[in-house]
Amino acid sequence: MAQRSRSEEADRIRHLLETEGEAVHAQASVSNARRYRTYGETDDLESLRTEARSIKEGAIDRLPDLIDTVREAVEANGGTVYVADDAADANAYVSDVVDTQISEYGVAGDDETPSVVKSKSMTTEEIDLNDALEANNIDVTETDLGEWVLQVADDTPSHIVGPAMHLSRAEIAELFNDQFDPDEPFETAEELTRFARGHLGERIREADVGITGANFVVADSGTITLVTNEGNARKCAVTPDTHVAIAGVEKLIPTLADLEPFVDLIAKSATGQPISQYVTMLSPPTDSPTLDFDAPAASITDGGGSTDEPAGDDGREGGRDFHLVLLDNGRLDMREDDQLRETLYCIRCGACSNSCANFHAVGGHGFGGETYSGGIATGWEAGVHGQESAAEFNDLCTGCSRCVDACPVKIDIPWINTVVRDRINASGDYAASDFLVDGLTPDLEPGGIDRGKRFFGNIGTVAKAASATAPVSNWLANAEPVRALLERMLGIDRRRDLPSFRRTSLVDWFRSRGGSDASRRRAKRAAIRSEAAIDREVVLYPDVYTNYVDTNRGRAAVRTLEALGVPVRVPDLPESGRAALSQGMISTADRQASRLHAALVEEIDAGRDVVVIEPSDLAAIHREYERLLPEESFERLRTNSYEICEYVYGLLENGADPDILSTGDGEEQVAYHSHCQQRTLDLEAPTVAVLERCGYATETSAAECCGMAGSFGYKREYYELSIDVGERLASQVEDAPTVVASGTSCGDQLETLLERDVSHPVELLAPTDT
Amino acid sequence: MTVDTVGRFERALEGLEVGLERVPAADASGRIETIAQGPVVGTPLPFEGVSLPDSVRTEPTPAELEAARTGITPVRFAIAEYGTVAIESTADGTEPIALYPDRHVAVVAERDVVPDLSAGFERLADGFDEGRTSVVFATGRSATADMGELVHGVHGPGDVHVIVLEDR
Repeated sequence: MAQRSRSEEADRIRHLLETEGEAVHAQASVSNARRYRTYGETDDLESLRTEARSIKEGAIDRLPDLIDTVREAVEANGGTVYVADDAADANAYVSDVVDTQISEYGVAGDDETPSVVKSKSMTTEEIDLNDALEANNIDVTETDLGEWVLQVADDTPSHIVGPAMHLSRAEIAELFNDQFDPDEPFETAEELTRFARGHLGERIREADVGITGANFVVADSGTITLVTNEGNARKCAVTPDTHVAIAGVEKLIPTLADLEPFVDLIAKSATGQPISQYVTMLSPPTDSPTLDFDAPAASITDGGGSTDEPAGDDGREGGRDFHLVLLDNGRLDMREDDQLRETLYCIRCGACSNSCANFHAVGGHGFGGETYSGGIATGWEAGVHGQESAAEFNDLCTGCSRCVDACPVKIDIPWINTVVRDRINASGDYAASDFLVDGLTPDLEPGGIDRGKRFFGNIGTVAKAASATAPVSNWLANAEPVRALLERMLGIDRRRDLPSFRRTSLVDWFRSRGGSDASRRRAKRAAIRSEAAIDREVVLYPDVYTNYVDTNRGRAAVRTLEALGVPVRVPDLPESGRAALSQGMISTADRQASRLHAALVEEIDAGRDVVVIEPSDLAAIHREYERLLPEESFERLRTNSYEICEYVYGLLENGADPDILSTGDGEEQVAYHSHCQQRTLDLEAPTVAVLERCGYATETSAAECCGMAGSFGYKREYYELSIDVGERLASQVEDAPTVVASGTSCGDQLETLLERDVSHPVELLAPTDT
Repeated sequence: MTVDTVGRFERALEGLEVGLERVPAADASGRIETIAQGPVVGTPLPFEGVSLPDSVRTEPTPAELEAARTGITPVRFAIAEYGTVAIESTADGTEPIALYPDRHVAVVAERDVVPDLSAGFERLADGFDEGRTSVVFATGRSATADMGELVHGVHGPGDVHVIVLEDR
């Protein structure tokens, strides 16, 4: 697939924002809100998630055994198991099953054409089963209402769970009025549903074969589990004589007991329902009688289901036939891939889509590949269709990590996106050397990376150079010819304000006011005044933005800590690797993580606490470093590093005097936007608590993300999407007299949209400089 | 375990807009007759002293199944926590009879109402051990939001009633 140019991609995103975004947002955000409520009401949620993940880990680990086990179980029940290598193999097998059914028992119903009814299945979307069957002159009817709408519209799913989510009721009504020409035009959802029930009911009654997916397959009993709200899966499975269930091999779980946490979790994570309407557990061929609507006079129980009795004259009167098709299609290779393996734990609930701000804005047609959509789609597409399919949308994951808490099996979806981005970088065909960014790229990446990525991945070096030459660099960067060049060469949208670099970095400022000796004296004086007995010392991490751009929050942090009696050091420290990770430059991030660890290890061993202001840098240390450092090194950094307000909260809890920071009068309204990664790390609450203790009536934002997430919003192709997402956040906080945000990007985005200052909470709390 | 498991079951069903009635076995047939709207199909009830009303067609033909407005089936057990009834796929047609007509009347013995999903899975496992390996956990009414807003009774029943036999 050819790569789209930036402007083609920008056009495509704009089109989706205009045509599908509203409908997708309306539904996905409701499911997301319900998920929060249902998760919140589930006391044992964390243990369920842990258990579910552990079952999946075990099952994938012993997958070949489980395939043998399920084959024995299904064959013992009287069914057949077929393991299909790829799409063509699976499609040919299903076509054969239909042909055999027809040649033995004739075509059901009045029609001459063999027919199949299907219950929604992403796995059959993956292999384009419908096209393959239709090419063999077999009629296929989707019976899930959403899937059927798409079939009528000749459209593709935009969400794993709600496939037609991008279409509004009015659009569906127009489509149906056009296609079916009813006596009275359809208007309401009720009318549309009634019509669908009648139409699809007839198709099901006349079908030769019923095809379903499977949410889970219990290996040792051969039990297919179907989770639905409509009931069509049950009808497809039990009405025709022959049932074919198609499932990826990863759907296997060992025993019935292993099913329980998934039954408990899947609807909660998908739609926020406590449980779905129908959890159908069939160990086919079932005893349930087949329903021969061609012979309406004989009792349904005459033939019976799968009985041990001899077959009737036609070979199988009333008897049932069952085929389980287990699809490999790249999955067994994914199992061997240390980075993509986790994808196989996915239970296809769509919670990653529902929690994703970018998904809300463009839906699965923007944030998806050939089949799968949402955060986890990168893993699926890279695994089953190849990296190119994932490349189409991979950059839409900003790594905000909100899906990590949503995922019922705790898949680290942002990491999968980072890894795939890294692999795509390595396969890029961009010019290997580049005059514009070469001088700024001390990275370890091989040639062939997009220039813009290389630029943002090395933002620390850029910032250092820009700071050294400020304010000239700022004037220059905002000059129209330079903006045009930046846009053309690096894809930096000229509508976006660039960060303004400070001539005096935070590290310089700290040194110029006396460094750590002076800080110790200040802290000591404060401690004597407040009589607090806090014996801590802090290394404040000067992340790129705090050091070169947003130095005020760094200064405020220093003053706050000193006022609470804690001496501070602000050494010049290496980059965290966050910027490189965002661009999928894992080797560079890996080296930076090692350097930062080396630089901090002595500080930690000397008993100092590492305090970080920028939440995304803290998230790198607390989350991604697990992948980049030896376990012991990771643990040491993680347990000794804190977010600034979390740290202040800890000081207040340990006797520091909140009056020192009480700049509010108790009534002052503040709207606080935490930060996506900070919230995933459960660090929103400490900031809120500190603000409240210091006299602010705090409201928090519910929007998942500000739409900036580092460099994302600077890139030309994503600028409008970034603004669309940002406006949802802005509309939530705009009425508050004061707005604060923890992340640099969040603050930048809000300042642009609200046209006023948005500072870090610590700037609100900090005593004035002395 | 909560003392009033059936009460909990009733509250869960209320949220799903499913009615629950507790009746003695002797009165069950009469109550079913009142709730069922004809034509009615059903599968035989395995509870001592309880029979289906005479008007109910058991062993229906496909045409009768299609024409039926109400389907009456026993359920093996129910889960109070979620308001779930466990319907078995049996040779006498319980699964289609519970699924095809727009109204489903589910009959369960009080002793078979278990408190939560875990207890439900224990009952499920017992059934599997005895060879009853095809079961549907049905909770509330068939529903979809695919047509733009929530609508009930898509493919399955749009109306569900549960009868708890208080002396069984």
